[in-house]
Amino acid sequence: MPPSELVSAEAETARLPVSPAAAPAGMWLELSAEQQAARREFRAFADEHVVPNAARWDREGRIDAEAIDAVRRRGWLGALLPAAAGGGAMDPVTYGLLTEEIGRGCSSLRSLLTVHEMASVAVARWGGRELKQEVLGSLARGERIAALALTEPEAGSDAKSLQTSVRQDGGEGGDWVLDGRKRWITFGMVADLFLLFARHADGLAAFLVPADAPGLGRRPIADVVGTRAAALAELELAGCRVPARYLVGRVGFGFSHVAASALDQGRYSVAWGAVGVSQACLEASREHTARRRQFGKPLAEHQLVQQKLTDMIVETRAARLLCYRAGHLRRQGDPSAAAETLLAKYYASRAAVRAALDAVQLHGAEGLCAANPLERYLRDAKVTEIIEGSTQILQSLIPRHPLPEL
Amino acid sequence: MEERKSKIRQFLSRFFRSREIGDEEDIFELGFVNSLLAMQLVSFIEKEFGVAVEDEDLDLDNFRSIAALDALVERKRAAHAAV
Repeated sequence: MPPSELVSAEAETARLPVSPAAAPAGMWLELSAEQQAARREFRAFADEHVVPNAARWDREGRIDAEAIDAVRRRGWLGALLPAAAGGGAMDPVTYGLLTEEIGRGCSSLRSLLTVHEMASVAVARWGGRELKQEVLGSLARGERIAALALTEPEAGSDAKSLQTSVRQDGGEGGDWVLDGRKRWITFGMVADLFLLFARHADGLAAFLVPADAPGLGRRPIADVVGTRAAALAELELAGCRVPARYLVGRVGFGFSHVAASALDQGRYSVAWGAVGVSQACLEASREHTARRRQFGKPLAEHQLVQQKLTDMIVETRAARLLCYRAGHLRRQGDPSAAAETLLAKYYASRAAVRAALDAVQLHGAEGLCAANPLERYLRDAKVTEIIEGSTQILQSLIPRHPLPEL
Repeated sequence: MEERKSKIRQFLSRFFRSREIGDEEDIFELGFVNSLLAMQLVSFIEKEFGVAVEDEDLDLDNFRSIAALDALVERKRAAHAAV
């Protein structure tokens, strides 16, 4: 096992940052000066390091290690984790702005932020003291990359039907022994740790499983349509052993609390990433329709083109506002935040698909060409409608959950 | 304590609109508790009463009823005060 990487004695009891006192009260629709400055920094980074490389990463099916290092050096892997553990303690809205800007450039790189934060936040939230003392520092600094291992070949949207099994060898205090398969594990080929879910006789349970744990194998899943550089993996667990302290939460609460925390975080991140895709489609479409002339005038002066641009402008802003709302509530630790996050993810992912379809249409044949980012935006946008709760799962959840009045 | 129970009842009533929930009534047996509500319940307890729900508190008996939730908050506050 890796040595203790505690950076502070406070890390073992570190909580996720929720700072009601720091959050503005009442109606809130504007970014603070700090948040605006952070957005400028994120945008500049995306324009310099992400946008110019995203097509190549997509083509090659991998992200340059230098780019991941650049994200790590800036403290953006582990951005939400507590400062006491070495994390960025970033407020959720600022994290959203980061996710949007990275997502505007490359959905695969945005997926790295998403899955690392999903797993890390759940460990910070529900891991035991000993486990947090051991791993939280390296997760907070992005020195080790974490991924979520929930989905299985026969358990997708019906995640609670998972078949991967776990038993405790020798009773209380003994190793956990895992057997089964996991599939579609984003960044599974590069992750150092997996937050992995399994079925115990007493209910579903969550574990942190090191990639080098005995009995764990992984192989890549290639030739996917979207987020092609997200290093997808299939995991095979054959008598895979982890120590007793690597249980996250308690047996029986693996789905209801640990996975739920991770998925909630993932939806928030994906929602913002989808806004980034919509924004990229809008910016490309504005530029193209202003430049290209047909029937003696720029495309942008044709009314049917204006209608598509209008839809893109309004829907991108509406999605961003839902994300702001969810982020504001998350910052306050409001119980409604999870339900509002469902709305943000639902709307933003669908808006991204519509924006990408319209952007391709406005670009004509060029929009279907790999030399142009539009076809990648379309492929990546579709992924956001499937992951962390498909559109249809969200349609079944949203009407059943009360929301506060606006 | 009654005020605390009243706040918990008020929060739960958003999810169980059609009925009044008794202090000892098992909310899991009512069949409406899914993972989203479970998570919202944790957030509510933490924000409303200023306590931190931790991994060691994950026991269905702590969340089963208004009385159980009230007792959980009481224990967490007492433990915090003792530190």
